[in-house]
Amino acid sequence: MLRLEARPQPSKALSIASPLIALAITVVVGVLLFALLGKDPVKGLQAFFVEPVKSGYALSELSVKAVPLVLIALGLAVCFRSNVWNIGAEGQFVVGALAAGWVAMQAGPGTAWMGRGIVPIILLAGVLGGMAWAAVVALLRDRFNANEILVSLMLVYVADMLLAYLVYGPWKDPQGYNFPQTITFDAVTKIPRLVTGLRMNIGVLIALVAVAGLWAFLFRSYRGFALQVGGLAPAAARYAGFSSRRALWTALLISGGLAGLAGGLEAAGPLGQLTPYVPAGYGFAAIIVAFVGRLHPVGIVFSAVLMSMFYIGGELAQSRLGLPKALTGVFQGLLLFALLACDTLIHYRIRVGAKGAAQ
Amino acid sequence: MAPIYPTESTMTVSKRTLLKTAGLAAAVALAGCGKKEEAAAPAAASAPASAAAAKPAPLKIAFAYVGPVGDGGWTFAHDNGRKAVEKEFGDKVVTSFVEKVPEAADAERVFRDMVGQGNTLVFGTTFGYMEPMLKVAADTPAVKFEHATGYKTAENMRTYDSRTYEGAYMAGVIAGGMTKTNVLGVVGSIPIPEVIRNINSFTLGAQSVNPKVKTKVVWVNEWFNPPKETEAATSLINGGADVLMQNTDSAAVLKTAQDKGKRAFGWDSDMSAYGPKAHLASAVINWGPYYVKATRDALEGKWATGKSWWGVKEGSIDIVSIADDVPAEIKAKVGTVKAGLADGSFAIWKGPIVDNTGKEQLAKDAVADDAFLGGVKFYVKGVDGKVPGDK
Amino acid sequence: MNEMALLLAATLNAGTVLAIAGLGLLINERAGIVNLGAEGMMLVAAIAGFATAVHTGSDVLAFAAGMGAGLVMALAFGVLVIWLNTNQYATGLALSLFGAGFSAFVGISYTQQRIGDRMQFAVPYLADLPFVGPGLFRHHPLVYLTVLGALGLAWFLYRSRAGLVLRAVGESPESAHALGYPVRRIRLLAVLSGGALCGLAGAYLSVIYTPLWVEGMVAGKGWIALALTTFATWRPARVLLGAYLFGGVTMLQFHLQGEGVQIPSQWLSMLPYLSTIVVLVLISRNPNFIRVNMPASLGKPFFPGA
Repeated sequence: MLRLEARPQPSKALSIASPLIALAITVVVGVLLFALLGKDPVKGLQAFFVEPVKSGYALSELSVKAVPLVLIALGLAVCFRSNVWNIGAEGQFVVGALAAGWVAMQAGPGTAWMGRGIVPIILLAGVLGGMAWAAVVALLRDRFNANEILVSLMLVYVADMLLAYLVYGPWKDPQGYNFPQTITFDAVTKIPRLVTGLRMNIGVLIALVAVAGLWAFLFRSYRGFALQVGGLAPAAARYAGFSSRRALWTALLISGGLAGLAGGLEAAGPLGQLTPYVPAGYGFAAIIVAFVGRLHPVGIVFSAVLMSMFYIGGELAQSRLGLPKALTGVFQGLLLFALLACDTLIHYRIRVGAKGAAQ
Repeated sequence: MAPIYPTESTMTVSKRTLLKTAGLAAAVALAGCGKKEEAAAPAAASAPASAAAAKPAPLKIAFAYVGPVGDGGWTFAHDNGRKAVEKEFGDKVVTSFVEKVPEAADAERVFRDMVGQGNTLVFGTTFGYMEPMLKVAADTPAVKFEHATGYKTAENMRTYDSRTYEGAYMAGVIAGGMTKTNVLGVVGSIPIPEVIRNINSFTLGAQSVNPKVKTKVVWVNEWFNPPKETEAATSLINGGADVLMQNTDSAAVLKTAQDKGKRAFGWDSDMSAYGPKAHLASAVINWGPYYVKATRDALEGKWATGKSWWGVKEGSIDIVSIADDVPAEIKAKVGTVKAGLADGSFAIWKGPIVDNTGKEQLAKDAVADDAFLGGVKFYVKGVDGKVPGDK
Repeated sequence: MNEMALLLAATLNAGTVLAIAGLGLLINERAGIVNLGAEGMMLVAAIAGFATAVHTGSDVLAFAAGMGAGLVMALAFGVLVIWLNTNQYATGLALSLFGAGFSAFVGISYTQQRIGDRMQFAVPYLADLPFVGPGLFRHHPLVYLTVLGALGLAWFLYRSRAGLVLRAVGESPESAHALGYPVRRIRLLAVLSGGALCGLAGAYLSVIYTPLWVEGMVAGKGWIALALTTFATWRPARVLLGAYLFGGVTMLQFHLQGEGVQIPSQWLSMLPYLSTIVVLVLISRNPNFIRVNMPASLGKPFFPGA
């Protein structure tokens, strides 16, 4: 009979190996699925793991998908480490896109004096928009004790409907034949690209700065330390005088701001306008990215790249091999599951033997 | 309590290892960059190559679908069109498709990939692909792009659409003849001109045989959401409608009508199998004729930009599987209308047409042109409510 | 008048899905476990139920298949959360995401399938009464069973020994453990029952409510069911009421549109979600109220011998 025995100390080897084992399990299941569907497993693996990174163009496309994931996941890492369960990053992303989009729509002859200077304002608007949406969650939890999981989640749907209302109504392009979309943003508002001809833009730099910044915040700053203690041992935190209220607001504002920034980058970058299709599911995928990245800024970069490979690989597998797109979702969910299971091995050893105490 | 993430102590070792792995990964990535891979414009290279070959290489055609091929509605109809092309041209063409391509930033990547795979004729089957297609078209002048239901064109991108309002009108004629409560219901998808036009045409058709009918509209704000479509249909039936029409992509409305003993129409594809007792007729779109023509244009080098809007006349729109219990004179009227549309002698949008606020939109005997039809933003008299998004 | 009766009927129908799932989650949470995987379980159960209905033509088998699917997924969740002590929120989320992808994957070949006509039901005599007839007495048996189930669950929780033990486990697993109760097994049973009920709700959705399969068809009902348990302060009868309330708001949205009410449809679509937030705020306002009602160990892992 297998049972779990607590390790005296968490195993360092396994805390690195665990994500890799989880990935390996996912790959094995993937190969089985490909074979079951009658497709060449090697080609399938190639579509997922080789094609998305094999050229400059492919890497640039990878960055377009990975940057929002990194940004949002960084914010979520702060939240989850503080035991604040912000499930509504998707809504904060959308509101950030709305705010940024609104600023972008104001660009015209009147703002010509700003030139490219309007871009930072657009991104700032995105940050503020996301923060405002997260602040609603924080306020309701702070003042009324309302569970942040449910409130943030409901606000996702509200944000989606708000976007739909604006894009079908007041913000609709008058020249757009009544189609639900805003005007295409002026060229001056476009997020600057890093390499001409590729879609990779300064979002990559912003993300790297955010990674460094959040690493410093979490592991080198007093506030970050207080947040994490609050998440790990609330009683101890209270005893030490760390305000749980401040932790709540800090965590939500940071994660809302980052999600909103991602939204702004998406709206003024690859999209160039607002449509009802702005919500791309990044807010939910980022949850997986955050966990697979062990809630650590550097780990998040890797897991974001991995997740983006799943997305793009899923598309490619569909067009190259006729594999269904739904596989992407299966792999992503499976990866997280496997990771959670493997993580137990960090703290527990498996022992074969007679049953010990009750249960 | 076990923390859910590794604490600093367990991270020190892993940080080092992470950096090592990072270095390796970067090396792999750079190695990949070094290979000269085709990026965004291989079409120029492949086109002369295929022309130079002794037997021309098959034309590679790609289709981007917004929904699943199995939706039984919009995408299903497009895929049938694709199959018609394969049947017509045999081994002169090679077709492929990608389904469920979202109408967002991801679409651009899919189109670029299609181009990268050597496709020189690309079809985008929904409005939301307009901007991504334009961007890719600008970068790859040798590839031809066909965009459905859009309005922006380029040197190598043209638009095509079907006159679904003709099908809606003919359905309306049947509805007007079959309703007993004189209340018709429409489950609307997204309030764009095409759908408004269809609602209006449906009502006009019904009024041509039964001036007393009224139409109620409920919007689900999506193209495809069966549970919501069911709820919307239920609410219309509860409100007194006994004949339903839809502009959404699934068979949920028809099935709901069947469950509740009311009648409904199939849309985009023949849906009679989904609700045999409720099914009155299906207003279908045949993309085959247009797709075959477009392919022929490309094969014979006659492809040129423009806008196509095909209807009954060109074989793109039809009303099929009319139920047996529809009275003979109604069936005859539908036949007359169809014939009139086919030879151009009958115009659906002919004045006087008054909107539901009483304002005259089309003067007596005036015939609406395509520009007018493209911008329809009002409900005709007899339709309840206000067009969403209209200020 | 008849229209109001029909609206009432539609409300009950729409609310039943939420109620069944909500009751299942209630059992979970009474034992102290939050299962965020409700949406994923309902989706997998929906395709399982639909596929079974397509192949066997039997609704009962379809419901059984749905419950079975929910059970299996809940088992995976339960083992991870109860024995391996993984974080409940993360594991639940993983279940939801996996369920969404898996159901979409398996359901690909079922998108165009159809199942036979749904049976019409009517309670003899009562169904012909004015107003309440069409409003209350023409429903699928499961609608009535749900009401009975809620009452039965209330009896179980508050009047039976087993229910008492369940609640004790939810309040303080350590104390229950000290008293010799097999806490982990009880929790697992709760999780499994919850999973089976969520599965039933999913199957009802795809076999009765909208007899079609499309990926993602649960469309957030799992999340609303989760909100319901908090809304209902963990009491079965209130779960029922809350479910009908939300079902009603959803149908009301379309009803208002049909009446030509001039509010943009998107604002109306927001109603169910905004109402959930309002309700959450109202009941959470008083921390004592919540503390008295919420199972104290909700969301926390249990370590026997820790």
